[in-house]
Amino acid sequence: MNNAVVTLTIRFLVLVLFQVALLNHMTVHILGDTNPYLYILFIIWYPITDSDDRLIFIFLSFLIGLSIDLFSDSGGIHAASSVLIGYLRKPYMRLSFGVGYEQQAQKLSQSSYAQRFIYLSLMIVTHHLTMYSLESFSFASMGYVLQKTLLTSLFTLILVLLTISIFSKKQ
Amino acid sequence: MRQIVLFVVKNKNFLLFLLLFCFSLGTTIQSHIFHRNSFINSANWLTGGIYGTVADISGYFSLQTYNERLIDENARLREQLINTAGTATDSLVIDTIGQQEKYRLYKANVYKNSYVAAKNYLLINKGATAGIKKDMGVITSLGIVGIVENTSDNYAMVQSVLNTNSQVNASLKNTRHFGTLSWNPYEDDYQHVQLTDIPRQAPVKVGDTIITGGMSSIFPKGILIGTISSFSLTESKNAYIIDVKLSNDMTNVGYVYIINNADKKEIEELEDTLQNE
Repeated sequence: MNNAVVTLTIRFLVLVLFQVALLNHMTVHILGDTNPYLYILFIIWYPITDSDDRLIFIFLSFLIGLSIDLFSDSGGIHAASSVLIGYLRKPYMRLSFGVGYEQQAQKLSQSSYAQRFIYLSLMIVTHHLTMYSLESFSFASMGYVLQKTLLTSLFTLILVLLTISIFSKKQ
Repeated sequence: MRQIVLFVVKNKNFLLFLLLFCFSLGTTIQSHIFHRNSFINSANWLTGGIYGTVADISGYFSLQTYNERLIDENARLREQLINTAGTATDSLVIDTIGQQEKYRLYKANVYKNSYVAAKNYLLINKGATAGIKKDMGVITSLGIVGIVENTSDNYAMVQSVLNTNSQVNASLKNTRHFGTLSWNPYEDDYQHVQLTDIPRQAPVKVGDTIITGGMSSIFPKGILIGTISSFSLTESKNAYIIDVKLSNDMTNVGYVYIINNADKKEIEELEDTLQNE
């Protein structure tokens, strides 16, 4: 077992437990009720590597979504949206950090604020939009889906930024 | 053949994504169509065990509330007991065979509760081995909670009244007009449900009590649901749409009672014979 695998396993378990035991009960009562979804930090923060690992990464994205579904009795909505952002992570990173991000082996905490904000927003909004669309499963409730997406994205973004700033290593 | 292998190897990321995405879409669609979560649900040893540990710890923070609820309920029941003790009952019951209790109540602890999603479920720590079966009613001392939907050996999943699939027969307490209780996540919040199909003739006032109607074999008649917070007529002007404020605090359920109707099987068999004819 090498160090990276252990770190990732612990991160996976801690994020799932934190999500289902704490965050799912911490409802935010501003303009409707929402829960922030911090667990997608696993997908957002997965170490940037060359394309060989992508297969495992996509599967792990699916697995963390499925774990959340298992705990929250929500069919497959978290699994679907997680595997989607897992797959879309590469194009999103190209979009926000520029084409050469793989060569630079850039860390998320070392990127500029603007780049980081674009990347995080893309990932979070895609995830939440997919999730709430699948949850309501009708075009009639587009207003509800959009309102919930925006609101939850905001809270998730704040939480993700906080967590990154707490746990990233200082240079 | 070589071409196909090359295609698969070249697009392996996309193909894996497609496979997993379709799988999760399938389970999502299944949960929408069949009104149940087939195998992705929290009534199993792993998730149930983890939720149990969490509930053991977080239960301490709500002890005061639960104790007060218990005292309130005890006071109410004692009051009933004292008041009925003096009244003389009919002297002699000759036939005691029909005197068995029709309803039995089981108690359970809520391990997991949600109220933010469109389909909300509770997980309770009693399952098939304790005699819990599908379609039993779940209540607290304050009012109704939901209906048992799935059971495993040691756990059961309860469809909350805050679930788009939930349909409960309800009636006004004063009169006997009854209708259907449902929940709409786009309009209601976790404190309010909607009562429809109450005819226009019914005298409806804000603050009136709504109870279960007893038209189904799930809930007995007369269990508290809530009070009317507002009402309006439908477009065709022949029925009311009533907003009901739940008497139960769905964000803090804690302990629940599960109702077993002994006559349920008989009623269902009778209904089946009617449908078959």
